[in-house]
Amino acid sequence: MPRPRLAVFKFASCDGCQLSLLSLEDELAALADKIDIVFFLEASSRVEPGPYDIALVEGSITTADDAQRIRQVRRDAEFLVTIGACATAGGIQALRNWADCDEFLATVYASPQYIQTLATSTPIASHVAVDFELRGCPINKQQLLEVLQSLLAGRRPRTPVHSVCLECKRRGTVCVMVAQGTPCLGPITHDGCGALCPSFDRGCYGCFGPSQQPNAASLTAQLRLLHVDTRTTIRGLRGSFNGFSPEFRSEGDRLAAEQSGDQST
Amino acid sequence: MTQHDRESSPSMHETRLLDKQDFQKLVDLLWDQGYRVLGPTVSQAAIVFGEIRAIDDLPRGWTDEQSGGEYRLKRREDDAWFGFVVGPHSPKQHFFPSRVTVVAADRDGDAWRMRDVPDDEPPVALLGVRACDLAAIAVQDRTFMHARYSDPIYRRRREQALIIAVNCTQAASTCFCTSMNTGPRCSSGFDLALTELPDCFTVEVGSPQGAALAALLPTRPADPQALRQAEIARQHAVDDISKQLDTNDLRDLLLNNLEHPRWSEVATRCLSCTNCTMVCPTCFCSSVKEVSDLDVEHVERVREWDTCFNWDFSYLNGGVVRDQIRSRYRQWLTHKLASWVDQFGVSGCVGCGRCITWCPVGIDLTEEVAAIRETPV
Repeated sequence: MPRPRLAVFKFASCDGCQLSLLSLEDELAALADKIDIVFFLEASSRVEPGPYDIALVEGSITTADDAQRIRQVRRDAEFLVTIGACATAGGIQALRNWADCDEFLATVYASPQYIQTLATSTPIASHVAVDFELRGCPINKQQLLEVLQSLLAGRRPRTPVHSVCLECKRRGTVCVMVAQGTPCLGPITHDGCGALCPSFDRGCYGCFGPSQQPNAASLTAQLRLLHVDTRTTIRGLRGSFNGFSPEFRSEGDRLAAEQSGDQST
Repeated sequence: MTQHDRESSPSMHETRLLDKQDFQKLVDLLWDQGYRVLGPTVSQAAIVFGEIRAIDDLPRGWTDEQSGGEYRLKRREDDAWFGFVVGPHSPKQHFFPSRVTVVAADRDGDAWRMRDVPDDEPPVALLGVRACDLAAIAVQDRTFMHARYSDPIYRRRREQALIIAVNCTQAASTCFCTSMNTGPRCSSGFDLALTELPDCFTVEVGSPQGAALAALLPTRPADPQALRQAEIARQHAVDDISKQLDTNDLRDLLLNNLEHPRWSEVATRCLSCTNCTMVCPTCFCSSVKEVSDLDVEHVERVREWDTCFNWDFSYLNGGVVRDQIRSRYRQWLTHKLASWVDQFGVSGCVGCGRCITWCPVGIDLTEEVAAIRETPV
């Protein structure tokens, strides 16, 4: 049986998630025996045209060209997996979605007329159908391996959708919010990091995006009781890698609207 | 029996005194006998179970203040060794480990060869277990050491363990063991039970193993004054308890109110984050997954703590059964306080209050029950 052909594509991103594939040092040789990596510019000059059995797509869509290119990737790929917060939620560059992009261009670039960009940064799933989303900033390389393994085995990937809290408790990490009053997005954030930040005595800042059915409004009400400034909470929800994910965005927008209402009265 | 024998060989249910200056001998003795001693220790801004090698590892002079969604470690005005109540950890962590490989399999030609994975955890001595946790262990025993369906990991660890309980001499605002008839007095389920006094501990023997252990310690007979002092200290914990759960007809109250509007109301606050079930010393849910190497030559079956608050915990063929926070909270509370009784003959709640303290938004099950009791539908 021929090995499945894998391609790795990059859009607006920092490359960190595709590097996770190369970081699988112990497994990479064995993986290369099972999967034919035919397009991975970060790692190899080998460039083969589609079709591909598996496409890993990193990055968000921020240019008109990329909005076209992702359509071709979709046409070429049997199974399209988006990897990382940029691809699944728009990334940190989605901060522009709440701002005036032209103003950013004028501030940053000496000759903004040479820059061609969209006014928004949007996740891949806003443009084409996605078969599986792997969360994280960056993704967890073991979860990437799990996704590839599951595709090879013809089963569903096992990437839990529960909150970070469950993993804190499995590790025996004491809740930083309850014991120290530290603001933490863990109760509404998708696990995948293994509850890393709380184990280093700091709050979760939502790298893996919203968990399944997050109750963001209840958490932000509690943050208010902990005397966290509402602007800080809004920044925590919208100003991060997953800020444009629907659940973080809608709660951030709700608080922002509430606040501007407060200010106008 | 001579007077000397009486003084050196404590018998079952006898109470002796152990001076604090001799307490290290107890710890040393346990390690010498091959036990890993786990007890309360200050870590991560809380009092959690950790290894106790020296009495300095104990939270001497520390206490905890607890309320819904809040726990604070505080300095005490005195130098008490056990002057606090229960923290986020419980004996469950040891007997029912949060992640464990239960079995493995290796490919052998066209067949699979199953392989036992021995649990090599050394026997533990749990030091400082409170009455509510003794009750919780008894509740979990019914689940994991059922006559017909027994969990080998739990059974082995449980049967090897030695339990040195400590009577509470104070309560947190979240404690309600008196409502659940589980405490604060340690009445059974221990090898030794201690009550702390300023200079010594009363030592109550609860098992033959405890008697054997006590016989090796420099204890002395308890004088009536020490016994009275210990009684006063324990009564202080009883008097300190402010929270109550009215258990009268509780099972029927909950099961007859499955459509009560309170379930929707609590769902607006509940994060479904799983914390209550994780800190609960009786919650026993888990899920198993099979983890293989890339060549699918070796597979391990891994059991992990799981919970009814997980969205996909109720996934069955075709979909998720409890697809709303409302139904997940209701499932947990009605199981804990009502259908647990049908299933195991006891309540699943021991009144330790952990689910109240460690809920990030401070949901209090006693308030939820009271709200339903107030306006039954």
